[in-house]
Amino acid sequence: MTSAATSTEPRPDVIQLDGVTKKFGSAPPALDGVTASIRGGEITGLVGPDGAGKTTLIRLMTGLMLPDAGTIDVLGHDTRTDAARIQAEIGYMPQRFGLYEDLSVQENLDLYADLRGLEKADRPAVFDELLTFTDLKRFTARLAGKLSGGMKQKLGLACALLKKPRLLLLDEPGVGVDPISRRDLWKMVEALMAEGIGVLWATAYLDEAEACDRVLLLNQGKLLYAGLPSGLTERVAGRVFKLTGIAGRRRTLLAHTLDEKGVVDGVIQGEAIRLVLKEGSDPAALLPGDAGADARVVPTAPRFEDAFVDMLGGGPGGRSKLAETTQARPAGDGRPVIEARGLTKTFGDFTAAADITFDVPRGEIFGLLGPNGAGKSTTFKMLCGLLKPTLGEGRVAGFDLRRDGAEARNRLGYMAQKFSLYGDLSVTQNLAFFAGAYGLAGARKRERIALMTEIFDLGPHASLNSKDLPLGLKQRLALACAVMHEPEALFLDEPTSGVDPITRREFWAHINGLVEKGVTVLVTTHFMEEAEYCDRISLIDRGRSIALGPPDALKARVATPENPDPTMEDAFVALVQSSNERAAA
Amino acid sequence: MWWTRLKALIIKELLAVLRDPKGRMVLIGPPILQLLVFSYAATLEVRNVDVMVLNRDAGRWGYELIQRIGGAPTFRKIEYTQSVEALHDAINRQRVIAALHIGPTFSRDIEAGQPANVQIILDGRRSNASQIVGGYLTQIIASLAAETPAGRQAAPAGVSVVARNWFNPNLIYQWFMVPNLVASIALLIGLVVTALSVARERELGTFDQLMVSPLRTHEILIGKLTAPMLIGLFHITIYILAAVFFFKVPLRGSLVLLYGSAIFYLASVVGLGLFISSLSKTQQQAILGAFLFVVPATLLSGFATPIENMPDWLQPVTLINPLRYFLVIVKGVFLKDIPLSEVARNTLPLALIALVTLSAAAWLFRRRLE
Repeated sequence: MTSAATSTEPRPDVIQLDGVTKKFGSAPPALDGVTASIRGGEITGLVGPDGAGKTTLIRLMTGLMLPDAGTIDVLGHDTRTDAARIQAEIGYMPQRFGLYEDLSVQENLDLYADLRGLEKADRPAVFDELLTFTDLKRFTARLAGKLSGGMKQKLGLACALLKKPRLLLLDEPGVGVDPISRRDLWKMVEALMAEGIGVLWATAYLDEAEACDRVLLLNQGKLLYAGLPSGLTERVAGRVFKLTGIAGRRRTLLAHTLDEKGVVDGVIQGEAIRLVLKEGSDPAALLPGDAGADARVVPTAPRFEDAFVDMLGGGPGGRSKLAETTQARPAGDGRPVIEARGLTKTFGDFTAAADITFDVPRGEIFGLLGPNGAGKSTTFKMLCGLLKPTLGEGRVAGFDLRRDGAEARNRLGYMAQKFSLYGDLSVTQNLAFFAGAYGLAGARKRERIALMTEIFDLGPHASLNSKDLPLGLKQRLALACAVMHEPEALFLDEPTSGVDPITRREFWAHINGLVEKGVTVLVTTHFMEEAEYCDRISLIDRGRSIALGPPDALKARVATPENPDPTMEDAFVALVQSSNERAAA
Repeated sequence: MWWTRLKALIIKELLAVLRDPKGRMVLIGPPILQLLVFSYAATLEVRNVDVMVLNRDAGRWGYELIQRIGGAPTFRKIEYTQSVEALHDAINRQRVIAALHIGPTFSRDIEAGQPANVQIILDGRRSNASQIVGGYLTQIIASLAAETPAGRQAAPAGVSVVARNWFNPNLIYQWFMVPNLVASIALLIGLVVTALSVARERELGTFDQLMVSPLRTHEILIGKLTAPMLIGLFHITIYILAAVFFFKVPLRGSLVLLYGSAIFYLASVVGLGLFISSLSKTQQQAILGAFLFVVPATLLSGFATPIENMPDWLQPVTLINPLRYFLVIVKGVFLKDIPLSEVARNTLPLALIALVTLSAAAWLFRRRLE
């Protein structure tokens, strides 16, 4: 194997894509005329929402699939003729199925060492190096299936690195992995890059893209941008502002602001609103009179996502037809809608959640955050009735989940990350089932189904099987099914992870609108963007709530002179680490 | 309210099976295949077999015997040979299933009124068919023997046997097999469809969505069981129609009794299916689990071989097999007008089995929710 470092050019191209097109069946092309190059000794981010064509492109690069048109040259070999040589020289970490879950960590390594033809004599040294590198030494006897999401990805990375590759292809290593493990992985990959290995890191998280040396931005099979991340954010330089110190309801304000002519995009960011303006619009003119005396518009550093949305022609408006047709909920008796009282869950001698207590008042978005396996899913599941707590009680709309489970469940809507729709049922049949399951019948059922179909514009797709819908429509249908019975509380499990930013804004516009009408939302997520939408957050680690408060308060807690304006992710990492240090002490 | 929810769930369950291409295959493929294979190919009768004859007798009795064998519909072809070696070879290579060796003094012995011998060589490797062929040949030889001078003399003193087959006078094989299939198809379909139902939702991730809906656990159970039972009843009906109109099997008993007991039978089957489904993580495991039950259940039901033939220690095992009881009812309703008391006697165990399997399934289903 010739080393890339011996070449005269400092950073030669390791992959060249020329007009690469791939189609599956009669669907629109998964990749449409992609021309780009990837260099050695750098981390190239392959960025795009789910369904953009990232995995297809990576599989084409490995030679596992062949393009319909165009050529791919990897390390000087054409994938059409030399797939076997390419596969011998690259490391590839697929998104799933990379590991044998019923084998231990060591057995997985042995297997991949055999498959890669690693010399027996070299193995002890290589294994030792990789296990140290990935910090998996303590777990060599554990079954791969029993590892946490982050550890699985590290093991996958170790398997891909057994024979030092010249090029490493990573297909969404950050998916389902908490920010701390994601940072660990990132550091490992940076160490590799220093050795001259070219790395391709696919991701749907736009904040990861900013850290890459170079990015390829894919959307619906088309290459939107190739180059330095800063090159893209420059597009919106001087047009990104934060609206802070808002006195009234910031969600209502956002909805109005989004309908202003000069506004390209806007999202909730903690207490503030983040805005991207059109070229030449005056930010001061945007400040509405009812925003309060302390409100001001301050310029802020542009992010990758701002530029992406700008490139796609701006976000959707702030109106939510769903919220407009929803009856405002009466203020009620002031009793919290969601109550967790000392919720504890033990599995055998393992305590997954210990004494979790919080209240979510009417019209609030409450977030559960935490590392993988720290207990946030357990807490979430106890509160929507999927798990019975060992101790303590959970209430939704005043109904005890244990005693009046069905009554409580009738008042909550649930939407999970992997849109739990019935794929073989048509759009209408899905709506009809969920309407019936929530006890809607007769004229009321027809009315609600018709309304949902209209609001979410599902009419043209009514007879399609839901599994054949594009991702954005699936998201809408899932939300329609979850809110059809006008629930008091909405439970969202990573609702917009991986979806494109436009769809995500559309989704949150509905949620924001519903919240203004008095619906209460509980969301669990790994995704810091989603955390920013919350009014309050509970950070859960090792089964305990280690911090509870508004996002801005959590961020303020970790602010340092070096990092005066930490991101949500910074806050997450710092708070979890300091809690771990306290636990160790 | 509960009815609205339950109705939505039952409709969804039916749609989920019917709209899933894999599900549709399960509903259409195996039933047609089973009907065709079992009623035509897997016949237990012996037909179209060849025999070989080594006739060293020059007289008319030897010739007469061969003519009679040749005239029997069971035998397709008679091969002639002159050497013992060729005869051994033909049996050895399975060209013929039986060989007849007629000695040189056969006709002479008969004319003389002395005992005459014919040797029949059978292929013991095919024990069942050989037994039946041996029986046919013995019958033919016995009828010939009755016409020999010695036989005619003995006839008035002998006993003449007149056999008559009740319920199935011509021993038509399909009359026996097709009613059996009505029971076994309901077992297969009921088990597979139920086994897939929970496993499918687990695999697709819709199970949580179902559990957070206001549907109560018992409503989910009822919904999950009703759809496969309806599908099972549909298949039973199709098979009954095929039996009556296509295979012309007589239907002598009461359909009301048949359907009445079928409900208990299906309940016991879907209970088992749900039990398997609750244990399985994937649809693949569920299908394998279902077949792991179907095969021994079919063998231990009296479907192909009488339960009385099984060893004493094995027979009690068949008591917990729902197929065993329903087979009695189906065959009884078709071939004889089975009385109510008999149906009740066989339905009671079905009801008990259903009670056990349904409670076990409900228990496991709830337990897996924890």
